[in-house]
Amino acid sequence: MTWLTENRETALAGLIMAMVLAVGLYAPAFVTPASLVGVLNNTAFLFMLVLGQTVVLLTRGIDLSVAANLALSGMLVALIGQYGPDMPAPVYLALGALSGAFLGLVIGLLVGWVGIPPIVVTLGALAIYRGMTVVITGGDQVNSSEMGETFQAFPRREILGLTSSFWIAVALALLTHVLLTRTRFGRGIYAVGGNPVAARYCGIDVERVQVLVYVLSGSIAGIAGYLWVAHYGVAYSEIAVGYELTVIAACVIGGISIGGGVGTIPGALLGALFLGTVVNALPTMQVSPFWQMAIAGAVILGSVVLNARSESHGAKLILPEARRKGGTT
Amino acid sequence: MTSALSLHEVSKRFPGVKALDGVSLDLVPGSVMALIGENGAGKSTIVKILTGIYRPDEGQVRIGGKPVRLNSPRDAWAAGVAAIHQETVMFDELSVAENVFMGHMPGGALIDPRDMRDRTASLLARIEADFEPETQVKRLSVAQKHMVEIARALSHDARVVIMDEPTAALSRHEIDELFKLVDSLRSEGRAILFISHKFDEIFGVSDRWVCLRDGRKVGEGATAATTEPELVRLMVGRPVEQIYPKRDITPGPVVLEVDGLSNATEFADISFELRRGEILGFYGLVGSGRSEAMQCLFGLTPPTNGRVLLDGAEVAIAEPAEAIAAGMAYVPEDRQEQGLALPLGVRENITIASLRDHVKRIFLSRRSETEATETLGTRLSIRTAGWENPVNELSGGNQQKVVISKWLATRPKVVILDEPTKGIDVGSKAAVHDFIGELAEEGLAVILVTSELPEALGLSDRLIVMHEGRIAGTFTRGNWSPEAVVAMATGARSDAA
Repeated sequence: MTWLTENRETALAGLIMAMVLAVGLYAPAFVTPASLVGVLNNTAFLFMLVLGQTVVLLTRGIDLSVAANLALSGMLVALIGQYGPDMPAPVYLALGALSGAFLGLVIGLLVGWVGIPPIVVTLGALAIYRGMTVVITGGDQVNSSEMGETFQAFPRREILGLTSSFWIAVALALLTHVLLTRTRFGRGIYAVGGNPVAARYCGIDVERVQVLVYVLSGSIAGIAGYLWVAHYGVAYSEIAVGYELTVIAACVIGGISIGGGVGTIPGALLGALFLGTVVNALPTMQVSPFWQMAIAGAVILGSVVLNARSESHGAKLILPEARRKGGTT
Repeated sequence: MTSALSLHEVSKRFPGVKALDGVSLDLVPGSVMALIGENGAGKSTIVKILTGIYRPDEGQVRIGGKPVRLNSPRDAWAAGVAAIHQETVMFDELSVAENVFMGHMPGGALIDPRDMRDRTASLLARIEADFEPETQVKRLSVAQKHMVEIARALSHDARVVIMDEPTAALSRHEIDELFKLVDSLRSEGRAILFISHKFDEIFGVSDRWVCLRDGRKVGEGATAATTEPELVRLMVGRPVEQIYPKRDITPGPVVLEVDGLSNATEFADISFELRRGEILGFYGLVGSGRSEAMQCLFGLTPPTNGRVLLDGAEVAIAEPAEAIAAGMAYVPEDRQEQGLALPLGVRENITIASLRDHVKRIFLSRRSETEATETLGTRLSIRTAGWENPVNELSGGNQQKVVISKWLATRPKVVILDEPTKGIDVGSKAAVHDFIGELAEEGLAVILVTSELPEALGLSDRLIVMHEGRIAGTFTRGNWSPEAVVAMATGARSDAA
């Protein structure tokens, strides 16, 4: 068990591999390259959304509005797409990002400047954004027949068997990782979550950081919004209902602390992969759809309990060690 | 007369320090005992033993002559001991009646709200309170909250009432009201232990006094038979220890000039000059406005008035970022609340205020950060298993060194140290003291805010004494006596010096 406590990311990666092998023994079809690539493609949206959620969680915030933002931004881009069905894909991506960023900005201002608790703000925003998705279409949906060729083709285009949605997730992950690890802004995010008072004493503009993380989370949700509606060829108000909870669960499994200041992008991605693997493996194992949700939930709880235990365990081990080593390394 | 409650030869040890050493005291019914002593003399340890929070290592607590064990606050209540604290601890959202009877509400399986209300009303009438049992506690003033605590004590029929600096947050008028209440508790035959720093209160309200110093009882007697100078001498007692680094420096030119700094409630008209290589001490009791003035100077709270000049040029500081840019650093009083991001690593904590120095092109350079961390960490001999380890694994002393390192990394001209040795062990304390001396020798201008007299006298070149939000006086090294400093800080009359 000691290797578990040493590095959460390696532990999680090992766990995923063990799980894939175990499922493979039961259902060999699951471990074929095509099937595994399929898992990555199916998890692309989760990969994207955990990035923004991680950044928000690191500041001691939470963003419950991501799925609603995704649906509303996706709908907006789909509606615009009806008027310009054959614009280059980056235009749609940019439109999604813009819409998502604006919806995130509203939340950020309420959290950072007005000082309302994030759980309240984003819960309210969730309902409002879902409602607006209905309002702007009068309850109608946008079908694939109303979407342009280019509009729909982009997210499904494959490079090395992986969809462009997946590659965009990879690109966003790299950007977010660099932002968090290599920039002053990223370090400020950790500092604000680690201790907002101390961050203020250090001259960090805490409010600005809080506003910007929701803008970031929103713009990623907006990009995912376009990709989602184009991929599935339909935009309607019930898209990704409840998905924010899956996103948060993936982050927690990946070691992002709800208490702020702790966690990494690789961890969050592994958390998403873990959940993605579970969700994709259960059907191949002929598990009844009725049981799938309950099993996925149990797996989430189990892994979180394991994390919590290994954490408290680790603290006990490290202290005497620190005292013994004493000096510098 | 038999005592209501007594301590007999009580000792209490904490790692590295003996907080109480064979202290005995008797609380007599119908009498007010004043407990006096400097910060850290052992007063709060006594309160915690009497209220069941600590247990004595040696000695006994006796009630009516019989030894008792107070293992929890509940035991203390049951034994008839109630405490009123400086900062009231209450359930703000609940009513006065619920607060008074929390933990012993009348009724069986269901609470009897009418009985609770009526009993609260009669308690409030007894202490002549001007609010109702139904009032929400959050709508009360601090003085009124004290009255709720007194009502709570009476609801237990407490024979012993401990008042731990009850006047710290009260206005003059409210203090008078409180003293009337103390008088009536005394005439009801209750024993009162009254803890205060303020001599006018001690002489105004107490019958007897006990003085503690370094965990020992150094004197006791009848209040009527003593004088302020005698009490001040007993509190200070020892010659200031000579463990402080000797420095021979001539202060350089003036770096910082503060002129008439004021805010609405906490401090007023703070003016001073600070030179290169100088250590300027700020001594005063808790609540005298020292930390508040420093926080204002550093841009954490806005001033209502006053000018700040750095190197002769006026600077407007509205945010900590501007103070840092102007060359100031502030090591705050509470390192866990204000100083450290506990889950983050040693390196991340040390570089957080100076990240600009580590940006290569557009990215942070891990190597540059680690080098800076190693340099500072080695210089302050921070003991950690690794620079990447989270700071919550470090001891208090090492955590404080991390905070100091963080601020030195900003290469300040002026560094404000607010209680830099509070709550750290003796060894780290000496290291921090040495280090403060070194900083001044290197030409930094140092402001040292401290409640510890030996530290203030041992390190300061000049010492500003604050009392009730104002500068009460300034001493230069050699022209002070501990008695005079304490007298000034406590607002005692000047004949004490």
